[in-house]
Amino acid sequence: MSRAVTALDGATSTDGIATITEVALQGMITLRGDLASAGIKKAAKTVASVDVPGAGQANCSDDRGICWMSPDELLVLCPYDEVDASLDKIRSTIGSDHALAVDVSDARAVFRVSGAGARDVLAKLVPVDLKPQAFAGGMFRRTRMAQVPVAFWLHEEDVFQIVCFRSHARYVFDLLKVAAQPGSAVDFF
Amino acid sequence: MLILTCPCCGVTSEETEFHAGGEAHLTRFGPESSDAEFEGYLFMRENPKGVHFERWRHVYGCGKWFHAARCTTTLEIFGTYTAQTTEPPQEIRDIIARKRPGWSWRAFS
Ligand SMILES: [Zn+2]
Repeated sequence: MSRAVTALDGATSTDGIATITEVALQGMITLRGDLASAGIKKAAKTVASVDVPGAGQANCSDDRGICWMSPDELLVLCPYDEVDASLDKIRSTIGSDHALAVDVSDARAVFRVSGAGARDVLAKLVPVDLKPQAFAGGMFRRTRMAQVPVAFWLHEEDVFQIVCFRSHARYVFDLLKVAAQPGSAVDFF
Repeated sequence: MLILTCPCCGVTSEETEFHAGGEAHLTRFGPESSDAEFEGYLFMRENPKGVHFERWRHVYGCGKWFHAARCTTTLEIFGTYTAQTTEPPQEIRDIIARKRPGWSWRAFS
């Protein structure tokens, strides 16, 4: 077995108005199907140990969670080394319901933007209202960050977690770093 | 800039989060159709000044296709609605009739 590494080997930037860190290997499973189906809900819950969130929401704690991606898609988060076992569990729990479950852990990169300037940094890059009243904990948003698609949620107070395609990892990291450069605080929020 | 609300996931965003898919409610002509019908399907499009119906995709979001009714001169969005229909729903036509009395667009007015 080869040694798995993240796209940027844990790149970090700490000298700006927010800290940007590439998150360690994160297990990610795309689960598609009829989200009203009891089998699919149960399968996601069994692996992530949280309830299935509603539209536009995410339930995440540490490295487990469920994110609502679209009306027929969930992103199930689990520890990286449990992905194979989790996929087996998902497939056996779903039974005969029509569904697709696939390991996308190595197809994505995950970043964390944290600190008092985190909202400022993200707001420079995405067409999303990031006022604390408008984007609060529990919400999940897929959108455009400059030129690439990303998804993000508020992991905890002042800590955003961002998922992008692995091939976009360098672009997204550099983008966040520039948006967070020292002295660039907008202090809008 | 257009502000669209995706009827599939409920997100409201500006147009760069979406991708335009051209005129809505075309009748597709394929094998067995006449040359004139096929040519019309491929090339002939409305180009109205005012009310227009279009297909859009929430490309950076949930990925779903949907329909939008909008005004090409003011960029006002009258409404968005499901892609699983061959013509605009009555509630969208009512909104347009209220805002643009006497409007017409193909057979949908
Ligand atoms: Zn959508």
